[in-house]
Amino acid sequence: MWYENLRSIYYIALKDMKTYYLKPPAISWGIVFPVAWILAFYLRNPRNFEELVPGLIAMTVLFSTTAMEVVVINFELRLGSLERLLLAPVSLSGVLLGKILGGTIFGLMITAVITLVSVISLGLFSVNIIYLLLVLLPSLLVFSSLGALLCVLVKEVFEAQTLANLPRFLMVFLCGVFVPISTLPPVLKQISYILPLTYTVDGIRQSFGSAGDIAIAIDIVVLIALIPILIFPATKLLARRFI
Amino acid sequence: MVKAIEVSGLTKHYDGLAAVSDISFSVEEGEVFGFLGPNGAGKTTTIRMLTGLSKPTGGGARVLGYDIASESIKAKKAFGVVPEQSNMYDELSGLENLKFMGQLYGLPRPEHRTRAVELLKTFGLFERKDSKFATYSRGMKRALTIAAALVHKPRLLFLDEPTAGLDVVAARSLRAIIKQQKESGITVFLTTHYLEEADILCDRIALLVKGKVVAIDTPASLKSMAEERPALEVSFKTSLNNAADELGRRLPGLAVVKVDDRIRIYGGDADAVLHTILDYATENGTQVASVSSLKPSLEDAFVKLTGLSPLVMAAEKGGR
Repeated sequence: MWYENLRSIYYIALKDMKTYYLKPPAISWGIVFPVAWILAFYLRNPRNFEELVPGLIAMTVLFSTTAMEVVVINFELRLGSLERLLLAPVSLSGVLLGKILGGTIFGLMITAVITLVSVISLGLFSVNIIYLLLVLLPSLLVFSSLGALLCVLVKEVFEAQTLANLPRFLMVFLCGVFVPISTLPPVLKQISYILPLTYTVDGIRQSFGSAGDIAIAIDIVVLIALIPILIFPATKLLARRFI
Repeated sequence: MVKAIEVSGLTKHYDGLAAVSDISFSVEEGEVFGFLGPNGAGKTTTIRMLTGLSKPTGGGARVLGYDIASESIKAKKAFGVVPEQSNMYDELSGLENLKFMGQLYGLPRPEHRTRAVELLKTFGLFERKDSKFATYSRGMKRALTIAAALVHKPRLLFLDEPTAGLDVVAARSLRAIIKQQKESGITVFLTTHYLEEADILCDRIALLVKGKVVAIDTPASLKSMAEERPALEVSFKTSLNNAADELGRRLPGLAVVKVDDRIRIYGGDADAVLHTILDYATENGTQVASVSSLKPSLEDAFVKLTGLSPLVMAAEKGGR
């Protein structure tokens, strides 16, 4: 049973990659948007660009995973193709995990390219790859799950796109991507600690050898803990569409 | 022997309104079972419950021996579903869609392609195997959706309005495919609002009205329920004014009705009625062009058993 579910999750993820991840929302929000931000910051201040790399990698993780994830479920619900998946011998949570895995793999590919280009072009070879992977992999799953949750919170594709921008931009400005959390006012600092991107940025920063605000082990544990916390309500909300 | 479907007191309420109300029936293995009713009768709701897409509010069902509430995943391995909407992936080709279905249903890896190709050939889609689903005609989309439901060689096939919205040729072609499935031993559960389609395809039919099953029987038995009295239909070589009125006077107690250029006579002894008709034609200097005995249609049975007009069915979903 679990093996069959895993197999279905894998094939749903592959199918989603093939079907959706070259569509305009995925390209514009998942690739063009983070690359444009990176170029903008590089052109503005090329000398201290290394300091921004962890934040920009984290931002890439956020946008590349959520780009299509926030629309794909509602899109398939509208077309009726999600029902097609649910008529197959796979559980509803299996279908949702397949969708989340698709977003995770797409995010991983985009993030890997951005990270490799940054490391090679800026000579950041002191990066701790183990730490980086331990932070990046749960982060990709967290933001893909967040995308799925935001998607099933609403019924329309455009509603999900709009809704997703609120937490995305909130996180970009409050989670240490551009401005260190330590410099934020106390209230905003408290808010930043409940946002998952804070732990991603902090963990990546420490992977690149910089000092962090939180122990990297805590970053990783928080990120791993967030995965089921986001997936569980997403599964429940999706199930309510089929009662 | 395990029945293909056993339904007991199945009920579904939406916001307090009963979409399906305490229905019970069973489907034998190998038969084509029709679920016939107008829009909103509860046909699709019933299929959604039987296939695990929707939870019943009350009652239960077993599909191929599996309880739909607790063993739906096991049941899904053994049945295929053709939803009302042709819901394959527009971005994938016909071949890719079927291969994906094979993967989802756990076909061994070497069979992903071979089974897909076999079905594409069976359904006459092989030449378009690499075309995107979005580019298929409506009939081709329907055919691929049926092919997708057969990819894992199911024992039971649910077909929800398989020919709705198709042109006559495509609908006829799909009916031939459905017949083939029966011949290969697959049980077919078919919902339709086309009376003629149900008559042609089904071994037994359940009539569903407002969420309730009002009759279940073979098409022949249902039709016999409508056969209250014999009827003859006659036409004359030349048009005769007031023929219906005159025949009505000569055949007291019988119902004589003019339908277009024909006259229908209900009841009475066929021999006596025929003599009266021939006498009337001779007296009026004409001849009988045709006489036929009218057999009740499924439409007559539907009207009698449901109290609904057949137009209710024909008018909906682009009825033919």
